Amino acid sequence: MATMPASASDLLKSFKLKTKQQELLIRVSILCLVYILAFITRLFSVLRYESMIHEFDPYFNYRTTLYLTENGFYDFWNWFDYESWYPLGRIVGGTLYPGLMVTAVLIYRILRFLRFAVHIREVCVLTAPFFASNTTLVAYFFGKEIWDSGAGLVAAILIAVCPGYISRSVAGSYDNEGVAIFALLFTFYVFVKAVNTGSLAWSLASAFGYFYMVSAWGGYVFIINLIPLYVLVLLITGRYSMRLYVAYNCMYILGMLLAMQIRFVGFQHVQSGEHMAAMGVFFLMQVFYFLDWVKHMLSDTKLFQAFLRITVTSAVAVGGIALGLGMVSGYISPWTGRFYSLLDPTYAKDHIPIIASVSEHQPTAWSSFMFDFHILLFLFPAGLYFCFKRLSDATIFIVMYGLTSMYFAGVMVRLILVATPAVCLISAIAVSATVKNLTVLLRSKNKVVQTGSTKGSGGSKSSSKALLDQSQPFQKNGAIALLFGAFYLLSRYATHCTWVTSEAYSSPSIVLAARGAHGNRVIFDDYREAYFWLRQNTPQDAKVMSWWDYGYQITAMGNRTVIVDNNTWNNTHIATVGRAMSSYEDEAIEIIRSLDVDYVLVVFGGVTGYSSDDINKFLWMVRIGGGVFPVIKEPDYLVNGEYRVDKGAAPKMLNCLIYDRARGVEIGNKDVKLEHLEEAFTTSNWIVRIYRVKPPNNRW
Amino acid sequence: IDLSSHIVKVYLTLKVENAGSTPTSEVLLSFPPTQADHLATVEALVTKGKRKKTTLVRLDVKATELPDAPNDAKYFTIYLANPLKSGESTTIEVLYLLTHSQEPFPAEIAQSESQLVYYRDSALILSPYHIKQQTTFIKTPSTKVESFTRVEPSNRAGTEIKYGPYEDHPPYSFSPILIHFENNSPFAVVEELVREVEISHWGNLQVTEQYTLVHAGARHKGVFSRVDYQSRPTLNGASSLRYLLARLPPRVHSVYYRDEIGNISSSHLRTDSRKSELEIEPRYPLFGGWKATFVIGYGLPLQDFLFETSDDRRYLNFTFGCPLLETVVDKLTVKVVLPEGSKDPSAVVPFPVEQHLETKYSYLDVVGRTVVVMEKKNLVPAHNSHFQVYYTFKPIFMLAEPLMLASAFFLFFVACVAYLHIDLSIRK
Repeated sequence: MATMPASASDLLKSFKLKTKQQELLIRVSILCLVYILAFITRLFSVLRYESMIHEFDPYFNYRTTLYLTENGFYDFWNWFDYESWYPLGRIVGGTLYPGLMVTAVLIYRILRFLRFAVHIREVCVLTAPFFASNTTLVAYFFGKEIWDSGAGLVAAILIAVCPGYISRSVAGSYDNEGVAIFALLFTFYVFVKAVNTGSLAWSLASAFGYFYMVSAWGGYVFIINLIPLYVLVLLITGRYSMRLYVAYNCMYILGMLLAMQIRFVGFQHVQSGEHMAAMGVFFLMQVFYFLDWVKHMLSDTKLFQAFLRITVTSAVAVGGIALGLGMVSGYISPWTGRFYSLLDPTYAKDHIPIIASVSEHQPTAWSSFMFDFHILLFLFPAGLYFCFKRLSDATIFIVMYGLTSMYFAGVMVRLILVATPAVCLISAIAVSATVKNLTVLLRSKNKVVQTGSTKGSGGSKSSSKALLDQSQPFQKNGAIALLFGAFYLLSRYATHCTWVTSEAYSSPSIVLAARGAHGNRVIFDDYREAYFWLRQNTPQDAKVMSWWDYGYQITAMGNRTVIVDNNTWNNTHIATVGRAMSSYEDEAIEIIRSLDVDYVLVVFGGVTGYSSDDINKFLWMVRIGGGVFPVIKEPDYLVNGEYRVDKGAAPKMLNCLIYDRARGVEIGNKDVKLEHLEEAFTTSNWIVRIYRVKPPNNRW
Repeated sequence: IDLSSHIVKVYLTLKVENAGSTPTSEVLLSFPPTQADHLATVEALVTKGKRKKTTLVRLDVKATELPDAPNDAKYFTIYLANPLKSGESTTIEVLYLLTHSQEPFPAEIAQSESQLVYYRDSALILSPYHIKQQTTFIKTPSTKVESFTRVEPSNRAGTEIKYGPYEDHPPYSFSPILIHFENNSPFAVVEELVREVEISHWGNLQVTEQYTLVHAGARHKGVFSRVDYQSRPTLNGASSLRYLLARLPPRVHSVYYRDEIGNISSSHLRTDSRKSELEIEPRYPLFGGWKATFVIGYGLPLQDFLFETSDDRRYLNFTFGCPLLETVVDKLTVKVVLPEGSKDPSAVVPFPVEQHLETKYSYLDVVGRTVVVMEKKNLVPAHNSHFQVYYTFKPIFMLAEPLMLASAFFLFFVACVAYLHIDLSIRK
């Protein structure tokens, strides 16, 4: 009996971990917790509503994923979709980024193989949170690569709950961005790792990461421009090394070849203006390497200077001529409108109304920066300061990534998403470095006190610290106060993120919830009511005309053919619909008949006070329609330069088709009688109204 | 004949006399072929005891083929409990239900019109026997009767039309009648219903029901106006199907109601100790010819439905038919998913059904679960009787899946430990 406690304590001792092991254990458990946190914080919408797909574009992705699961990959690749863009159709396999769908189906197949009887919808709903969790892991390793493991941990925590990222990755937002941010960060991380180590394996990995990114999202253009820019900066600052040469060349060549396998991207890497920077930098690298070699071979500096001049001049001349020839002959396409609108925020508004009409393409307001980043906005400059203080290849990269993406985030609301990982990483560096400095201060002082009291003599370092402490008597208290301040800020950040996620980003937008008169929750499920009605009670080949926002949802949930949808690839077609919606009924019916439309669907917010209805989007219909058909003039619909829908509305406005549809019983033009259309269905809260096109009268 | 809903209920009170010389225990019922196709059930009851102590005893009824049937008439034989001796008489109560027997006319109506239907029958029942006296009462849902065939003596009072009494008719006499009346009850028809009952020995019975519902009444024509529908609900869309009531077993939990595109929020569940009622509204009111598909699912405590027999077999005791009230089911498939590892399944159903076995893979299944599939056509709520599925099951199989999971996690951790302790680098 007496030996028992002794042996037990021995056992306990043998289980006691070394400091290093303890640190590993803490790190791994923090990472696991962050991984879980990133997942569950995105589940608000599932708990509050249901496991469903949100918004507009995800419905298209869901539909294609369904098609992929049912018909297999080859059919998917060759899929010609008759149900959208009637009568043109859409070559789906060649006009989408398949990465998301393939990923979801792969997860689905694995789960099925492991005998988890899940539905593909659940996989689609949870893909974005799953990849968000993976992103936190990548953020940890990235932070570890550019600073230290502490910064990595902080970065993982920050990115796990950052609203800028959550906005696009809540459960149900089954969109390309969900996996693309993971791919983006992964590519950057592996590339930086490759630059740091010069290892061929890592640059190969970054090429594959790039391939995945290309297959998932059009935002890959950012990678293919940022990395060359980064290489260029390294070259200019004299940080050229063999490591950089290996990393960039391998990544560029392999990444380009792999990216060409995606049909939607095709030969753009050698043909489009947006990708030319990468190619230019690639050739520049070769010239640089060649010069380096010549310099090594030639001992004479004067000769080398002359050679340098000749080579650089001729290289630049050859490059310029090649580019000029390519542009003139049309082999290299000029920059697209979207690219221009990124560089010049006012471009889209003047030239491409369809891009400007999307709310997420608007320039970002300060409030939404604050909303999405919160304290990170203040920590970002501090992190930049720390990065500049300890410049290395890796920190230069993160600084460039942060600055460029911040600029783009300012141009377009949706690009806050791209900036988020950089902002989180740089802020993490700031937090980690500050907290580390403060704790070092606290600890060293404690040590001095300890050593002073117990052992009598301290090391030279601590004694010098002690001397320093005497010069700043309040340093310890200040450090404690600062630490508390930092923790207070971080906890505010956490509360803010949770609040934003729960209030702003977790509503599916297809189901509207409101508070009733007695505080109970009222659900407006009108969209699905209408789509399901279309699905069940219209002929299989019925053609539905609506504004393009609802195109994807009608095809996915209503399973009916639409005239235009969210793909917006044919501006003329959309303008035709816009013209039909904004003309007098007699004129509109001609267009409607020429498009072979059976049903017209409009969204009407008059009864429920739902604000984003078709009347709100009406000005864009006029603008887009007017862009192609000069018959439609914007001033016709305005009264003294103002947009009004009530009694004072412009006469042309009052008589146009959409007005009749959307404001059927509103003030301004009561008792509308429609000659060529009849009401086919109206949802219970009046939000969606569907009209049937009457067949033309018989002639006698 | 009760025509108040879209299911036609016919009550016959037969006073049968054995006019022959030999005692018989069989009574034949005959139906014209048009009715026989729509016939859902036939039940025969006999009253026993005297005066106040009367009890109803169910008699066996079987479909039979007779070689010399005129005009393809179909027959059912009622087997009496006690043979009827020559000259004796007895009273039999017969109840049969007809589906799809009311034909909407006009076949298409606008939203504000009410639904009018035709019902065709015979003033005299078709019988292989000589009929001494017969009276037919037809009950219509409202007093609005457009027209009815007059076969003297016949008259109409309120919601009742009376034919007869007719005296002394020879066998197989027939006198067609046609009644045109208003019936605004929604014609809720489930074209196809698949019920899946999954048994888990961890204590849950999961039921999933997939419905394809259609309004089989007069087709909707022209405009659907929500203004009129909401402001004057009694006048507009009187025959539209607004909601359905499903009667579920007590202690039901985790009820859901959804369709292909997501949850449908318009449903209410009321539970008490004896039954649960689920009131469901389709996404939109169903007018004639409109369709809706949806899924209802719920969980039930296993101990209410699973029992053990004396010879160590287990059996599930569950209702067969559709839980929705006042609906006709054209085709019903009941699937009972037995737990993995159960053997020798056999089903006992009180009426003839088609049966076969299937295999289903669910969570973490290796060999798959045996599924007993039963199919039946043309069902009415009267088919909501209990059926039993017997099978044998060893409780040790319950532990298979948890053990599998545990070993998978164990292997994962072992792999982690191994990875941390092995140095895989090439250079040293």
